[in-house]
Amino acid sequence: MQNNAILINALRFVLLVLLQVLLLNHINFLGYINPYGYILFIVLFPLDGNKGLLIFLSFLLGFSIDIFGDSGGVHAAASVLIAYVRPWILKFSFGISYEHNNIKIYKTSMAQRFSYISILVLLHHIILFSLEVFNFSHILLILKSTLFSGIFTILLLMSLLILFSRKN
Amino acid sequence: MQQIIFFFIRNKNFLLFAVLFFVSVYLTIQTHGYHNGKYVSSANFISGNVFSAKSNVTGYFGLDEQNQRLLEENKRLRTQLEALKSSDESHGADSITIPSGFKYKSARIINNTYSKSKNYLTLQKGKKDSVKIDMGVISSKGIIGIVNAVSENFSTVQSILNTESQINARLKKSNHFGTLTWDTKDPNIVQLIDIPRLAPVKFGDTIITGGKSTIFPEGILIGTIQEYNLDEADNYYDLQVKLFNDMTNLKHVYLIENTNSEEILQLENQVEHAE
Repeated sequence: MQNNAILINALRFVLLVLLQVLLLNHINFLGYINPYGYILFIVLFPLDGNKGLLIFLSFLLGFSIDIFGDSGGVHAAASVLIAYVRPWILKFSFGISYEHNNIKIYKTSMAQRFSYISILVLLHHIILFSLEVFNFSHILLILKSTLFSGIFTILLLMSLLILFSRKN
Repeated sequence: MQQIIFFFIRNKNFLLFAVLFFVSVYLTIQTHGYHNGKYVSSANFISGNVFSAKSNVTGYFGLDEQNQRLLEENKRLRTQLEALKSSDESHGADSITIPSGFKYKSARIINNTYSKSKNYLTLQKGKKDSVKIDMGVISSKGIIGIVNAVSENFSTVQSILNTESQINARLKKSNHFGTLTWDTKDPNIVQLIDIPRLAPVKFGDTIITGGKSTIFPEGILIGTIQEYNLDEADNYYDLQVKLFNDMTNLKHVYLIENTNSEEILQLENQVEHAE
């Protein structure tokens, strides 16, 4: 990564954590639905970036959210998992040769972007809520939260991408 | 040897992932027990100060309502005080007042969650203000939770809206007591389980704390019965209790310290060991 990319990603990390803990955690739409917009960091992390670094940074990201939310390590676990499986999801959504084609996420088609983001988000949310509830007799609650929060997060991420892609 | 090193190099991402995932799950499981050495809590320097800064800004919203609540509480306390004075006059001014054993402190909430299955609040008071783990937390309207982690300037409270919380509570009318739990469905409804079948249960009856633990004094308000039914074995009632507190809209709370708790716990330990 060049210096510029490092700076942008560091800034994005801090801003997303603050956005999540100060604003998004308190939306409580219909009582319990919150979007988890901080995973935008993992979505936007350079596609050709170091995979080990991404896994480590995702852990730090999730851990910061956990500290603010008193949730143990649920966000850290979910973030680390999607950071680890991201290469396969990228392959699935953008085709096998995404690494060589130097794809920019802003320039991909809407459908590709949507499939990439929704797989990441739903995977993240199902891990998150399973660990948070930690009780399989509440499986309906887990699925319900995953679905509703997932839709909310996907919408948020898609609109953030559209909002910030104008400049590029 | 070389093979092992190659194996590590080839799978370094997977190993990194596995280690970090394991750490996260370990931290998660840590929080599932009640305060057995909590490493991660929002009662730390960074998050405490971020929440304080936020609370300094948002604290001005809803001041009217908070004032109204304080006025109501003052009114109630004044009425009680007058009643006490008039009943006390016969004793004369030199009567000894017996200390109740409970001390109160006020604190401001800087972060509050109620939409998860394990909810916590963060308070702007910590060790410096002699807040300790296991102190009870109430608002002017009723019970809120129990302190479960303390740092120098901040503390976190395990809310009653937490599937791990189990608080002793009883019916106000009779002395039948049970355990207060939460099923995560509604932030204004909690469940009171294990009330014996013999107890006279009616809609709208008041539920108060039972005073069987060292954390809360007896008689702190909790809520009213909204619905009740017998459990599978038909021996105990499961009550749906509507809280007096609006858990989604809290700003100021009181911390309760039981000055006798150490003595009580010590005594109970002695008895346990003697058996």
